[in-house]
Amino acid sequence: MNEAPPVVAIEGLRKVFAAPDGTPFAAIDDISLTVRPGVLTALVGPDGAGKTTLIRMIAGLLQPDGGSLRVLGHDVHRDPQAVQNRISYMPQRFGLYDDLSVQENLDLYADLHGVPDDERRERIGRMLAMTDMARFVARPAGKLSGGMKQKLGLACTLVRSPDLLLLDEPSVGVDPLSRRELWAILEQLIERDRLSVLVSTAYMDEAARCDALYVLHHGRLLAQGTPDDLRALAQGLTYEATPPPGVPARAVQARLIDAPSRIVDAVPRGGSVSLIRRPECSEAAMAALVPDAAITPREAGLEDAFMLLLHAQPGADVAPAASPAPPLVRDAEPVIVVRDLVRRFGDFTAVANTSFDVRRGEIFGLLGPNGAGKTTTFRMLCGLLPATSGTLQVAGVNLRHARSKARARIGYVAQKFALYGNLTVRENLRFFAGAYGLRGAAADARIAAVIKRFGLDPAMTSGILPTGYKQRLAMAAGLLHQPDILFLDEPTSGIDPLARRAFWRTITELAAEGVTIIVTTHFMEEAEYCDRIAIQDAGRVLALGTPQAVREAAGGDHTMDMNRAFIAIVEQSRANGESAAA
Amino acid sequence: MSGFFTRLRALLRKETRQMLRDRSTLLVGLMLPVVLILLFGYGLSFDVRDAPVAVVIDDPAPVARDAVAGISGSPYLAPVFVADMADAIALMRAHRVDAIVHLPSDFARRRAMGDAQVQVIINGTDTASAVIIEGYLDSAIAETSLHDSDRTGPGGSVGAVTVVPRMWFNDANESTWYLVPGLLVLIMTLIGAFLTSLLIAREWERGTLEALFVTPVRPTEIIIAKIVPYLLIGAIDIAVCLLSARFIFHVPIRGSLALIVLTSLLYLAVSLLQGLWISGVTRNQFAASQVALLASFMPATMLSGFIFDLRNAPLVVQVISHLLPATHFMAVIKTLFLAGTVWSAVVKACAVLSLYILVLGLLTHRTLRKRLD
Amino acid sequence: MGAFIALAAQVWSLCVKELLAMVKDPANRLILFAPALIQSLLFGYGATFDLTHVPYALLDQSGGKAATELVARIDGTGVFRRAMTLRSSEQVAGAIDSNDALLVITIPSDFDSLLARGETAPVQVILDGRNSSTAGTALGQISAITAAYNLTQGASAPVSIVRRAWHNPNLQSRWTLMPALIAGLSLMQTLLVAALSVAREREQGTFDQLLVTPLTPIQIMIGKSLPAMLIGIIQSTIILAIIRLWFQIPMQGSIMLLYVGLVGFTAAAVGIGLSISAFALTMQQAMLYTFLLIMPMMLLSGLLTPVRNMPDWLQVITYANPLRFGVDMVRRIYLEGAGLSDIAFDFVPLGVVSMITLPLAAWLFRNRLS
Repeated sequence: MNEAPPVVAIEGLRKVFAAPDGTPFAAIDDISLTVRPGVLTALVGPDGAGKTTLIRMIAGLLQPDGGSLRVLGHDVHRDPQAVQNRISYMPQRFGLYDDLSVQENLDLYADLHGVPDDERRERIGRMLAMTDMARFVARPAGKLSGGMKQKLGLACTLVRSPDLLLLDEPSVGVDPLSRRELWAILEQLIERDRLSVLVSTAYMDEAARCDALYVLHHGRLLAQGTPDDLRALAQGLTYEATPPPGVPARAVQARLIDAPSRIVDAVPRGGSVSLIRRPECSEAAMAALVPDAAITPREAGLEDAFMLLLHAQPGADVAPAASPAPPLVRDAEPVIVVRDLVRRFGDFTAVANTSFDVRRGEIFGLLGPNGAGKTTTFRMLCGLLPATSGTLQVAGVNLRHARSKARARIGYVAQKFALYGNLTVRENLRFFAGAYGLRGAAADARIAAVIKRFGLDPAMTSGILPTGYKQRLAMAAGLLHQPDILFLDEPTSGIDPLARRAFWRTITELAAEGVTIIVTTHFMEEAEYCDRIAIQDAGRVLALGTPQAVREAAGGDHTMDMNRAFIAIVEQSRANGESAAA
Repeated sequence: MSGFFTRLRALLRKETRQMLRDRSTLLVGLMLPVVLILLFGYGLSFDVRDAPVAVVIDDPAPVARDAVAGISGSPYLAPVFVADMADAIALMRAHRVDAIVHLPSDFARRRAMGDAQVQVIINGTDTASAVIIEGYLDSAIAETSLHDSDRTGPGGSVGAVTVVPRMWFNDANESTWYLVPGLLVLIMTLIGAFLTSLLIAREWERGTLEALFVTPVRPTEIIIAKIVPYLLIGAIDIAVCLLSARFIFHVPIRGSLALIVLTSLLYLAVSLLQGLWISGVTRNQFAASQVALLASFMPATMLSGFIFDLRNAPLVVQVISHLLPATHFMAVIKTLFLAGTVWSAVVKACAVLSLYILVLGLLTHRTLRKRLD
Repeated sequence: MGAFIALAAQVWSLCVKELLAMVKDPANRLILFAPALIQSLLFGYGATFDLTHVPYALLDQSGGKAATELVARIDGTGVFRRAMTLRSSEQVAGAIDSNDALLVITIPSDFDSLLARGETAPVQVILDGRNSSTAGTALGQISAITAAYNLTQGASAPVSIVRRAWHNPNLQSRWTLMPALIAGLSLMQTLLVAALSVAREREQGTFDQLLVTPLTPIQIMIGKSLPAMLIGIIQSTIILAIIRLWFQIPMQGSIMLLYVGLVGFTAAAVGIGLSISAFALTMQQAMLYTFLLIMPMMLLSGLLTPVRNMPDWLQVITYANPLRFGVDMVRRIYLEGAGLSDIAFDFVPLGVVSMITLPLAAWLFRNRLS
């Protein structure tokens, strides 16, 4: 077959950075790959795999330290501008100008790419229609929600039809609804313009849509092939365990994941647990771990293959499990009471008439698309924002007015890493211990305890920790003072599947110890770990109850995954809203 | 080439909009200069008027009182007559007077003998004022005693040398006349140091530069687009400075107005490029503003000859001073305002400033060469 | 008592964190302390009104003995350096325009004969008024030289003036300026450090984390003020050391009192900085607002020109300027050896500014919403 020349041809590429301590380490280590024209190619890998470095090198922003790198027939190293004239690139943090409006941002990039007027009108019009942003053209980009910003970033990148499109984790931190829209736009454009695309992602459902996959880990290529090629790796190793009635799925999952010698991975899904056994572990040995559950084989997915590949690598361990705490009898008395909570900003209602209770030892999830009011609700609960009206009690007091003693009973983990980046792990912990009034031996003991629990290196500078470890440190700081209630704002946003497993393992453990947990998340499959969830959109609570109850409210049975349930509920409510308005 | 102009126009529009939408930028760019002009014009003055001076006369003789009559007559001095030295010293300690004039009890007797002494004690804490007050006291007392000598007619007249001073360019010896032109330097420096020094650093910090780099944009276009809107702000400031110099402070403009504007614009470009370069090197707004403040603004205030005459500084400081573009602009702007068009000075300054534009332009270009490592 | 220790311990941990965060970064360390060092050296040498080198041009039309003697006296001071000798009065303009000479001394052709006849002989001095403070000082010196010359010629004045300058016997302007810089130079960094402290945390998202801890706004305010004050006082100490040890300007007052005064001054400066910081939403805003304030504060402080020379309405405004009282206090203690009672009044406006700005900052921490 006579194939067209590749768009990107990489041979033995290397890139060496200096580590913070001065020793060189290879961010890209002898990688060879090709991107064929008219095809959607994905780079898949956990944090620190080298995805961003590789894409930046292709864009001519970083110099290679060895190997060859040709893009669209040009040697990138020699003539980066020639490449930059023909490609479009969307960095992970897309460079929108916050103080310019949507239209102005689009026009800027259209001008920079020299798109002629008539073509531009047609293309920008189409972009605005696709992204459903025609209503917002005059709004400053800084006032858009996260999902909209990402869509606008994509629109700016695609104001012209490039010879190669580079997308660096285009959907990180975006809710499922926006994520689906983003990919719909992308697929339409690929279809229409026969685009050649290289995308990096940590989402397996996105990778599954691509034609060719390259799995990276620590700068090296682990595997490559079509999604089917990769799925075949996990064939015959994947099962589903259904717990007996009355036993929560996450209890079964905890037992499975604590046996890493036999089980690669286990996650709760749709009321049961999806698991992968190690090839060397027999089915019988696996079943012995959970004798009370019914185990049936299931079709292997891309994520299974990915987990299998990563676990074959050294150092891919899940956080050490602590000794199981005795199961706690939950009090009927709620620790958080929210009644008719309202928050307005000017004439915009961010949170409308929200009511719910959370009981002690419960894991309560707040779910919703970007801009749904989750963060506003959350900030009011933590006492960071006054409510416009309504009552709000946390541990019996309103934190906004409460004496500092009441605040000592809560822990808070912010959405983005919010510790002091240039302090070491120990210095950060020392500070928070002090701020929470821990002193002397008591402080030392607590710091030692959380360092052990989260497997932290106390001498590391916290700002240069990998994302997963930053997240562990933030948790450690939030738990130093053994709070009764822990608030977690999108704790798993931007961290890879491995680190997420470890994170939820800790959360379920804490809940078992009696800590009440309030968590917001974009990852709908994580709702499965929660006892109860509330789904918010446009400031209102659309559904409230156990994951099972929410699934049923969405009109599905236990096999429906949370993503679909969520999209169904939000779309149904939006449709109702529009028909009511009409 | 048309691509160049399309891109440049787009970038220019972007930078201008960003500038206009940021209130703190406009405050610093347009408000601060006006505040400075008013403060400099009205608030800063080295000229002493009505300086309080304690006068202690321990000799009751009328001749003693006459001897200090000149102090009462001086428009620059305000005598406070006190009974004894203890009171005078107390006043001086409390900063209620700046100097003490003391006529001892034997003044009249020694006066008759021709070797009378007047004791003058000055508070040297503020040297500039002290020197000036001392001068006024000297001449006030000398004036009186000269009258006396006329009256008494000392024998054997010998001719005396008198100094006939003429202050060129500034006959009234007003400090506003040289402070206000100097202010032009300060304000042009300030726009570069405070505003453009944040521009590239901000784009690094917000991550907007990465997307911009992977477009057909050339570094030169980014630089021009970032400079031009601030050139306009600077041009407005130049106009405000010139108008207030002429109409509020009545500073003469003896040289060519066109040349004043031209050299100001050249220096403005130097200052803006310097800010951009610092911004591009530091890639961090905090560091950029600190470096700009310390490396361009403070030296321009203190070491450019604005207030202090660098001829009296050690060689090292003079060399540093001559490395500052502000020094060259300061010299030529004062000349153009107060002395007139001196072509040799103008040509030299323009050449130096153009050289700085070239060098800083190239340096800034290097910092934007579209690379992340 | 135990409760107090517990509260203080919380504040202490915040102070430690602030200081660590500030000095961990090597670039930051350099930015915090190198400028104080370099600037105080540079300004110590550069910022002076004293004359040491005055280039002048001579147009001696007489060429007589008296004229030669007078010129020899001028040259003999070591201050005046003859840059050029002119032949005709046409050359005068050129000498001044080209900046080659600060002044031109013209001795008329009948100089000697006038003196011999016992008449007054004028010496014309043309000065470059583009920098009139230097020119004025130079003129004063020329006058002094001619007066001294007259004395030797027997034209004695009947009254002689015995001058003594307190606190600065040789009236060196370095003595005036440098102690003022102990307050002036440290102000800038103190303000910036304070102004960025909260703004940076807001921008990086760590401020919310701080607000959910049991720390009260007052505790946060104290924990943020003390490190900024410490930085300011360390800077002052660097400058003080340079003045005392390098430039060897004698210190008259008590070092204890000086530090007490500096604490009062930096507290007010930090209060202003923290208020800016709590009000600003981004670091950029915090920096620009700080610049907007620093310039007028410097100009209206008496650092360069006396406050007394300002119009009344401006003098009233200066009461809100901590630097005015900081400069006054430091100069008085350092040069005049002032005691506590002499400078007690300076603490009043400083105290008022701190009392308003520090609680304002604490209130803004929780109530300023983005």
